[in-house]
Amino acid sequence: MQRVAVIGASLAGLHAVQALRRGDYDGHIVLVGAEPHYPYDRPPLSKSVLTDDSVDESRLRLRPAADPDALGVEWRLGSTAVGVDSLPTGDGPARIRLDDGRGKRGPVVEADGLIIATGARARPLPSSEGIAGVHLLRTLDDALALRAALISEPGPVVVIGCGFIGAEVAASARTRGLDVTIVEAAPAPLLRVLDEAAGMAIADLHREHGAAVHLGVGVEEITTAETATGPSVEAVRLTDGTSLPAAVVVVGIGVIPNTEWLESSGLVIDDGVVTDETCLAAPGVVAVGDVARWPNRRFGGRLSRVEQWDNAVEMGSYGGSRLLAWATGRPVEPFEPVPWFWSDQYDRKIQLAGVPAPNAEIVQGSIAERRFVQLYTDDDDLVTGALCWNRPRQAIMARQLIGQGAKTSEIRDALS
Amino acid sequence: MKVVVDFDLCESNAVCMGIAPEVFEVRDDDFLYILDEHPPPELHDKVREAAERCPKQAIKLEDD
Repeated sequence: MQRVAVIGASLAGLHAVQALRRGDYDGHIVLVGAEPHYPYDRPPLSKSVLTDDSVDESRLRLRPAADPDALGVEWRLGSTAVGVDSLPTGDGPARIRLDDGRGKRGPVVEADGLIIATGARARPLPSSEGIAGVHLLRTLDDALALRAALISEPGPVVVIGCGFIGAEVAASARTRGLDVTIVEAAPAPLLRVLDEAAGMAIADLHREHGAAVHLGVGVEEITTAETATGPSVEAVRLTDGTSLPAAVVVVGIGVIPNTEWLESSGLVIDDGVVTDETCLAAPGVVAVGDVARWPNRRFGGRLSRVEQWDNAVEMGSYGGSRLLAWATGRPVEPFEPVPWFWSDQYDRKIQLAGVPAPNAEIVQGSIAERRFVQLYTDDDDLVTGALCWNRPRQAIMARQLIGQGAKTSEIRDALS
Repeated sequence: MKVVVDFDLCESNAVCMGIAPEVFEVRDDDFLYILDEHPPPELHDKVREAAERCPKQAIKLEDD
């Protein structure tokens, strides 16, 4: 393996590069990034970037990229992968077409090993594109544009979607003293990852901090006013007839994995790049991070994508080693992490270790105190996850115990 | 190796404690405590991993 192409210069791609070098890979590495920026940290985009006007790119750079030359890669920033002419076959290299914005026929990158880390992009609200005042949040540029809007438009903010991005943006906008309304189509926030009671606690947290929260209601349309520069947001009309005046609208309704460039590649694309349990999508092709959909055997082996910071680090590292193992014919263990994420909203730190399950039981604290540990168990009474509010120590302990396959009684004792 | 934590950045996510509990401890007050500023060589790999996995990049490792 003379050359490796890592497509995607964010957290997962960067950690894949580091793992390759740590594994004594001394061939050529091309690191391709669609954004013009060196790899930066995304969690602050919905938090400190929006609340602290002094936070800029220099404060967000990921540490392994602090000295870009020291990483030993050929940087191709501002280049988007647009197609794959061939995958690595053993007889010939992968050929990836790039669009670097400089002309019709972009450059082609050849590589014997390919790491796909193109992530995902924010899902737009249908027929809202091109309306001034409507924001998505995924990139640094998105966050800076949103911050500028929050500064220049002190009017009401409407957040559409109460997932983690929506909830954190709402908390940040409230922290700035702005009038905030959250609209969520589901009956409670975050039902994809939390049970209803814990989801409702998020809604209550926002209400206590002065945000209005509308649950179980959809968005009918965004009404606009015509300005010299085009349509500009005026209000958000809900399916129940309510009209919410808005100076700024933030849409946080999930993401779309960036796989269009792989459509004719022959890889299996189905809500992400589908891989085996070792993150291998095809011989010599590894997928990592938000774009990758793999079966985590620890939790039943259902194909899933995990859009979490820590997973990008762990899966990126694993993916770099995985590609080396493929190149050298070394056996590998499957990738079966216990996922873990955190979300900061106001003064609460919400962490989930593992995955939720239908049975939820509070083993320490209470939802009323906003400081608790809640265990999720499956129908065989096995612990699948722990939700912790302002209990970071217990979240990490739970993650370890679940990883070790500890007994339910043992985990309950350790966390209560 | 000297372990230095920027406590202005640290958010007590406790990832470091999960990886190197000999060196890092988040207590019930939700604050991080460094148990051993100069960890022995056999812990260096774990401490490096903890620094790398810190979501806030708050852990710095300096030469003694």
